[in-house]
Amino acid sequence: MRTRLAPIASLVVAAVVLAALPFALSAYHQALAAQVATFFIAILGLDILTGYTGQISIGHGAFMAIGGYTTAILSRDHHMNLVLTMLIALAICFICGLLVGLPALRLSGVYLALATFALAVSVPQIPLKFSKYLGGSGGVQTAKTVSHLWLYGASWTAAAIAFVLGWLVLRGRTGRAFRAIRDSEVAAASSGVGLPIYKTLAFGISAAFAGVAGSFYVLGTNGFAQPNEFSVLLSLQILIGAAVAGLGSLWGLLAGAAFVGLLPTISSDVPVIGSTHGQDVVFGLIVILVMLVLPNGVAGLLARLSRLRARA
Amino acid sequence: MELARRLPTGTRALRLSPVFLFLGAACVFLLVGSLESTVFAQQTVSGVALGAVYGSLALALVLIYRATEVINFAQGEMAMATTYVAYQLMLWGLSYWEAFFITLAVAFAFGGVVQLVFIRPVQHKSVIAVVIVTVGLFILIDGLVAWKWGADLKFMPAPFGNHVYKLGGVAVSRQDLGTIAITLASVVLLWALFRFTKLGLGMRAAALRPASAALVGVRVDRMLAIGWGLAAVLGAVAGLMTEPAVFVLQPTLMQPVLLYGFAAAVLGGLDSPVGAVVGGIAIGVFLNLVGQYVHFVTSEVRLPVAFAVLLLVLLIKPTGLFGRKRLRKV
Amino acid sequence: MAPLLELTDVEARYGPVQALYGVTLTVAEGEIVAVLGANGAGKTTMLRAISGTVDRSGAVTFGGKALPGVPEAVANLGVAHVPEGRGTFAELTVWENLRLGAYTRRGALKDDFARVQQYFPWIERRRSQQAGTLSGGEQQMLALARAFMQRPRLLLLDEPSLGLAPILVSEVFRIVRELNEQEGVSVLVVEQNAHIALQAAENAYVLEVGRVALSGPAADLQRHESVRKSYLGY
Repeated sequence: MRTRLAPIASLVVAAVVLAALPFALSAYHQALAAQVATFFIAILGLDILTGYTGQISIGHGAFMAIGGYTTAILSRDHHMNLVLTMLIALAICFICGLLVGLPALRLSGVYLALATFALAVSVPQIPLKFSKYLGGSGGVQTAKTVSHLWLYGASWTAAAIAFVLGWLVLRGRTGRAFRAIRDSEVAAASSGVGLPIYKTLAFGISAAFAGVAGSFYVLGTNGFAQPNEFSVLLSLQILIGAAVAGLGSLWGLLAGAAFVGLLPTISSDVPVIGSTHGQDVVFGLIVILVMLVLPNGVAGLLARLSRLRARA
Repeated sequence: MELARRLPTGTRALRLSPVFLFLGAACVFLLVGSLESTVFAQQTVSGVALGAVYGSLALALVLIYRATEVINFAQGEMAMATTYVAYQLMLWGLSYWEAFFITLAVAFAFGGVVQLVFIRPVQHKSVIAVVIVTVGLFILIDGLVAWKWGADLKFMPAPFGNHVYKLGGVAVSRQDLGTIAITLASVVLLWALFRFTKLGLGMRAAALRPASAALVGVRVDRMLAIGWGLAAVLGAVAGLMTEPAVFVLQPTLMQPVLLYGFAAAVLGGLDSPVGAVVGGIAIGVFLNLVGQYVHFVTSEVRLPVAFAVLLLVLLIKPTGLFGRKRLRKV
Repeated sequence: MAPLLELTDVEARYGPVQALYGVTLTVAEGEIVAVLGANGAGKTTMLRAISGTVDRSGAVTFGGKALPGVPEAVANLGVAHVPEGRGTFAELTVWENLRLGAYTRRGALKDDFARVQQYFPWIERRRSQQAGTLSGGEQQMLALARAFMQRPRLLLLDEPSLGLAPILVSEVFRIVRELNEQEGVSVLVVEQNAHIALQAAENAYVLEVGRVALSGPAADLQRHESVRKSYLGY
């Protein structure tokens, strides 16, 4: 993420548009926009982990589940303020991320990806087993639900905060360390970068972001946390979003989040094939086409365009 | 735990590595247990049949991974789709075995076409892009099958019937024996292809060192397409053997199998075909026995338990049981 | 008589970096041609341009016809490229490596194996050994044997002396000369060991920074002032 005038201007434009938008949207569309914000936060988290330290995770749905259930349970049992639950979810997921990051140090590449995939599959099953406290298949309901407008405002505020936090982390010493690790672990370690600390830290930060996203996700479904909301498909959606986003571009992240947050809903309105199956066909086809055309995501496309402009 | 460095494939040296010792001990345990208790024996045999199916799919995953360093998330759905093809062929009046072999041929073509159309354009650009394409294929195939045939339950004739043999007091179903035989046959045939034929050698060369293979005249891209075709055939076998085990055909047929297949492939080591099969059988037998004797393990916990075991093995041996250790000193 | 291999103004690049700036070179049928040059002069790139493993422009003809820029096709037309690093399949056995060398050939290979044993008598004993466990000299021999299994018209050799003790280097070049004289294989050999390369070759070229700086009969180049100073050390 570069610090030049043009990106700052685009940030301002984005902020203004987002602030004005809810007045133009119906409640249903506000909820959709909030969903985009939710994915934005989760994808940003994954981007920090995979894009910057090169550790692949297909398990972020698990962290979203932990965050979402934290919010739901704290609200149901203790009637806690929702924002407070999110902060607790953030902390809990940060720690969980560190706990996962530590053994993850031993794994690399595709083995790590599949190990995190194992998490994505297993964690949502836990509420089914321990149904007494965790609600089982019936799920957990928060004590109060929120309006679509509140959800829109809160989620986009959180997204903005997350983006700023991410930007601060990535431009500082930590960010340089992350990038060094991504480019060459051996070189990074030889230069004195404490590999285990930074790699684990990246996992923690990444999980924390996903946890907050999970809280919003639950609030977005009427405050209802259920195991099948956090299935493997969710982790795959976050991965798809990160791939579409590409690396290191705010607009890329927004594109990725919009892609995953909006496309399934939009494609359900496609008349030709109709119904849920048609939705899958369309979504699947578009995912494939996007990857064929933009293998490096939207960020890659933007980078190519700016190179063309520079040469012209 | 310093494990014996495994020489790459080709040597016939016998290694008394901890992995072999462990597996040997496990086999002895299974044998003793089966002799002691008929329930144990039954669970073991059906576990082997179940595991053989997981191993088939895992082998398909390993085939593709070895050739292209890509995990094919769509492997299960491709297998499911080819099972529906068999179903359709039988609706049109073909006998089971006629449909079976035609389906295998269709699967081979299907796999090759998928590689050609969807994978080849991206395979040199970005590994993550290829993986996402396979995820997109997963979703696409799922939708297409449900659209064409509907998501309701369908029924297929059982290839081996429902007969149950009694061998020394142990009840063994003909279906389980048939499954083991068919998957064993397909694995052995595949092994023979790779070991003894020029095509197999070309495919191995293309997977090991594509640049060097091209220099000796191997058409690397064609080998990749054939590899995908063979993997699809393995998947088809897995699908056709899964359907009778769960009694119904529906679009979600192969989703749990895919997950167990992933676990088996990683457990065995992603670049080891032997590991895939051993891993599959190990998971099948383990889950059956643990499900029988450990009360905590109920049906919804089977999958997490399989993955918990996998994670445990990875902590001890980060590249799986038979995987090659990539030395990277830092 | 038309040359077997002809390069005319060949350029090659690795992405944005250009490595060859218009190389013109010929190899006549039955000849051994040596290409000398310092590190980075473009010798390896030139061989890659011929076998199609790098992006190239300019004309490359083989046996009078244009040579396609695809390695699989080039191999099928009778060009065997032994790259730097030898291109050996370390994970496969010696026999499997030889078998791969003959990938483009149809029909029985018994005669070819027999001939290989004439030139490399030790190979039969080691056929089940994993190629990666052979010594450096043996791997180079195996690479030559593998190339020979292809029964090529033209052999492209990239620095065969690299990493070998002098006595093995002599042995390698002895075999190369035998293959040339007995089997009629034309050879284009890239070398940093100018001394032995010029002794074996009929004609030679010197590449500098992607261009041909000198060319002529090997004997003349051996006596040439700048070649002596830069590459022969006296």
